[in-house]
Amino acid sequence: MSTSLAGITFAQASSSNDHQALTATLFLLVVLLTVGITFWASRNTKTAADYYAGGRSFSGVQNGFAIGGDYMSAASFLGISGAIALSGYDGFLYSIGFLVAWLVALLLVAELLRNSGRYTMADQLAYRMRQTPVRTAAATSTIVVSIFYLLAQMVGAGALVSLLLGVDSQTAKNLTIVAVGILMIFYVVIGGMKGTTWVQIVKAVLLMGGTILISVLVLAKFGFNVSDLLGQAAQNSGKGSAFLEPGLKYGATTTSKIDFISLGIALVLGTAGLPHILVRFYTVPTARQARQSVLWAIGIIGSFYLLTLILGFGAAALVTGDAKQRIIDSGGNLASPLLAEAVGGGPGTTGGAILLALISAVAFATILAVVAGLTLTSASSVAHDLYASVWKKGEASGADEIKVARISAFVIGGIAIALAIPGQSLNVAFLVALAFAVAASANLPALLFNLFWKRFNTRGVLWSIYGGLISSVGLVIFSPIVSGKGVDATGKNLSLLPTSVDISWFPLENPGIVSIPLGFLLGYLGTITSKERSSEDRFAELEVRSLTGAGSEK
Amino acid sequence: MAERATPQAQAAYDRIHASDEFKQLKKTYMGFVVPMTVGFMVWYLLYVLCSNYAPGLMNTQVFGNVNIALLWGLLQFITTFGIAFWYARFSAKNMDPIADALNEAYEKEANA
Repeated sequence: MSTSLAGITFAQASSSNDHQALTATLFLLVVLLTVGITFWASRNTKTAADYYAGGRSFSGVQNGFAIGGDYMSAASFLGISGAIALSGYDGFLYSIGFLVAWLVALLLVAELLRNSGRYTMADQLAYRMRQTPVRTAAATSTIVVSIFYLLAQMVGAGALVSLLLGVDSQTAKNLTIVAVGILMIFYVVIGGMKGTTWVQIVKAVLLMGGTILISVLVLAKFGFNVSDLLGQAAQNSGKGSAFLEPGLKYGATTTSKIDFISLGIALVLGTAGLPHILVRFYTVPTARQARQSVLWAIGIIGSFYLLTLILGFGAAALVTGDAKQRIIDSGGNLASPLLAEAVGGGPGTTGGAILLALISAVAFATILAVVAGLTLTSASSVAHDLYASVWKKGEASGADEIKVARISAFVIGGIAIALAIPGQSLNVAFLVALAFAVAASANLPALLFNLFWKRFNTRGVLWSIYGGLISSVGLVIFSPIVSGKGVDATGKNLSLLPTSVDISWFPLENPGIVSIPLGFLLGYLGTITSKERSSEDRFAELEVRSLTGAGSEK
Repeated sequence: MAERATPQAQAAYDRIHASDEFKQLKKTYMGFVVPMTVGFMVWYLLYVLCSNYAPGLMNTQVFGNVNIALLWGLLQFITTFGIAFWYARFSAKNMDPIADALNEAYEKEANA
């Protein structure tokens, strides 16, 4: 008896070593492929337009894939399928908000921004305003949003890679974060926007390929009958039909219901204010190509989120036993990888090990592409807005700007590594939701007012950006996320601060429902209380430029 | 500010801004995006609100294990794809020709 038990343990250990070796090999291939692309792309990066905007040489289709690669973060791939696997239908609500948001970007922002900006979000906002304060504000919010988002990705990377490689020590997690950080600095410093864009395109293709493969395998198990899949998922979840209905996660109390509405609003309005998404519109030659890229992005992102539905419910239906417990322990993040293992033949089989390794490598590529986009955006903003425009008053040469952007990428990458290591207890989904809330509260009001309201002026920009930024981050500081939520049944602290500290007075975890209207209101109040008249000539110029492309950057 | 346009370019911008073609372009654009944006925001918020406050409606089984909540969620995907496609068709037909003509006129005037 004891010998046979030892035999089983030994067999499992050796097969798990095999899959870890396979996973490590595939990770290495992803790294080599992306590093190769970056070197190849760097050969043609000479001017500032090359570095910041990839020479505006990408086609709409290419940029559509790159947008998909930039947008579908680990929080989407691992987080949403995990949320569906654990909370059923309520997880799906995330993907709807993330997708519908693209209509705001398509109808109101993408083309107009392409025509009237140059390299950064601030270019657009500073068009008809006083340069120094507006660029400083826009750079501040760009950096804040990007750092929250970066932290989310890197904390996720640490947890994911160590789990998948089977190394559970804190040192291994820290090393993973450092390695991801070094890679992202490398892509940005060497490859600039061209290298980063190609890394994102490759990642989008890998992600779609892997997701389609697993989804087909899942559906095949149910004879391509989705209703059977749903039924099996509901049954295995132990929650019955409630698993397929709204309310499992957010329906408990009035507060959690309002919290959910607040989240929904932030998701749908945040996307068009995310700086790393906005700069993607500058990489194409015309507004028409910008429109084309968003159409492709909507197609790719929409199909992907439909497939996460199959991944999430598939994980609930097909993953059982120990693996199911691992999904729960990982907060859902391991749902997709372990589902891949299950449809490949289960733990201990070659097919299972191959698919697990494949999906893990895809998740790794996902994290690399997203962190590169975020680092490039914040480094560009530091170099182009703070260094060249605010500090050098527009007297810096293009070569100087690129040099400063590269140095900034080092510094920002270093800060992200330094924050992510102690930040590993942070909840990844919370950081992403906060980034969306800040983008929707601080950036979107200023962008929309600047495009559509003639009277809008410098003080309006400053009040909406700083007001939206301070209110969204401030409300979170005084929310149950940071303190006062108490402990769960196992005695685990649910807030960030020790249970002895309670500074919470704001009941919601998602600040959007208050901070977004406040961002718009402050933009309005700031404008009408200021005597500064915005230049009507410049607004006429901005309108003509944004709608016709006349005189836009080539 | 972004670098100042040359006097010729500035004059071209002003003339185009005052032209009937530009007014028509702006009207066409606003006439499409404003109602559409209001429409899809209301449609999305209605869905979010019903998910919260109308469990009876959302939990109604339609066929098999598929309920209204799931179908409405999928419908959000379909409307998003549909509006995107519609906008692409609309703008290519009604806006791009005017924008191209104005852009061409600008190039001539500003670089004259």
